[in-house]
Amino acid sequence: MFKWFGKVNFCPYTKVSEFANHLKDGHLMGSKCKKCGYESFPPRADCDRCLSGDFEYKEFSGLATLVTYTKIHAAPTGFEDVAPYTVGVVDLKETGRLLAWFGDTISDDEIMIGMELQVVPRIFEELPEIKVYYSLEKPGTTWSTSESAT
Amino acid sequence: MTRVGIIGIGHGQFGRRSDATVQELAFEAYREAIEDAQIDPKDIDGSVIGSVPEYHKQRSLPGVVQEYLGLNPIPTWLTEVACASGSAAIRTAWMGIQSGVHRLMAVIGCQKMTELSTPEILALMGRVGEVQWESVFGTTFPAYYAMFAKSHMHEYGTTREQLLQVAIKNHFYGAKNPNALFRKEITIEKALESDPVSDPFQVYDCCANADGAACVILASEEIAKESAKPVAWLDGIGCATASMSILRRPKLTGLPSAEEASRVAYEMAGVGPKDIKVAEVHDCFTIAEIMAYEDLGFCDKGAGGRFIEDKQSYIGGQTPVNVDGGLKAKGHPIGATGVSMTVEIVKQLREEAGERQVPNADIGLTHNVGGIGQYCFVQVLRRD
Repeated sequence: MFKWFGKVNFCPYTKVSEFANHLKDGHLMGSKCKKCGYESFPPRADCDRCLSGDFEYKEFSGLATLVTYTKIHAAPTGFEDVAPYTVGVVDLKETGRLLAWFGDTISDDEIMIGMELQVVPRIFEELPEIKVYYSLEKPGTTWSTSESAT
Repeated sequence: MTRVGIIGIGHGQFGRRSDATVQELAFEAYREAIEDAQIDPKDIDGSVIGSVPEYHKQRSLPGVVQEYLGLNPIPTWLTEVACASGSAAIRTAWMGIQSGVHRLMAVIGCQKMTELSTPEILALMGRVGEVQWESVFGTTFPAYYAMFAKSHMHEYGTTREQLLQVAIKNHFYGAKNPNALFRKEITIEKALESDPVSDPFQVYDCCANADGAACVILASEEIAKESAKPVAWLDGIGCATASMSILRRPKLTGLPSAEEASRVAYEMAGVGPKDIKVAEVHDCFTIAEIMAYEDLGFCDKGAGGRFIEDKQSYIGGQTPVNVDGGLKAKGHPIGATGVSMTVEIVKQLREEAGERQVPNADIGLTHNVGGIGQYCFVQVLRRD
């Protein structure tokens, strides 16, 4: 159900569609190649190291470090109602990177490159359909605490 | 390898061209190039069109352009690598001539960007990045370069003012280019008053969409030696890629594709960065030009901000860059941009650049980036 991922989703069909199911249940999953063991985030079905298509999901902690960020004022279609919003790119503790919005636990003036962050699975409570994403929050923020906060 | 020479150049007016279709824009540049080269169009044995299809209502653009130019039945095809499509077209023609399949080719970069409505543009803007994991958070083209800028500022202390000095320089030279979209100088105060786009960028950090076309005529060494005009030899041509996703880039303070493409181009031409007398670089955003100074080796890593602050990229400085106004002031009709860069360098090598002429410009360079750096093409051009 990858169509659940993102406020606007551009590619509902993928070999890693179970990612969105896991995210809905509060789990951030990367991938691990069953043949050579190469781990990846974002998850990928096909290993570009050994070319195997055999993979499994591996849960990531969501512990992360901020690499860069920007506050977007001029928003594209589908994001006008949430603009301006701040996106950040983080290095994940295990491996790989992700890009996400900053959540409510961090204000703009607290954002600094190199800061420690927690990636937290989220559900758009305000939308009628199921829409999941993840946000960048203060360390210690959990899925359950962000749930009760919304 | 045989040498490939550029023997004709043509460049139309960039801007909001509500007066013309894309094939009519292509014709303006093509006619000028044919007249410049003083050749019979019947001798052309193929064309390559550089353009990005999703902006046009007309599907399969090469067909309509080839017909309108009167070039049937010789072959044509399209190259597409986002904003580097024009340089990809030149490389493809260079390959055709190198291989001996072709001898004389027309390369036309052309783009009509104002056919789309604002909602259509906004929808396209939201799909510029990798759509599975990034565009779902509303990323935009400026946002990616803004994140490069944040990294560069953090790592090297590059300042807001240094970024805007790139825009000030390019508007300064754009004012001297009759084909430019914006022909007026700007001040740092005016730039700082402009609307925010994506922090730290404001409107004046960003190039503008435009309509336009440019054309170059490429010839085999044998034909080029008979050229009516001084030949610009395409002696170095490098191209390279990097991950499309910002999540898989090894660093965010430069473009690995530009480093690799320039390494190849310098090696092929047997020159180094200090030999380049004039350069056209891909300043889609202010930080992009600063990163280009570094990726191309005009200055050390991290010294790009100081390079512009010290006016080293002005005429009279170490390496004059974008003295035609760059994407910033000239406008950025995507597919035409790479060809436009080559046209400007050929003008410089021929000493036909008028009040923006760089003295003793015997070797020039173009640096044309696609997207957020997933593609980069670098050319080294030399006169006899």
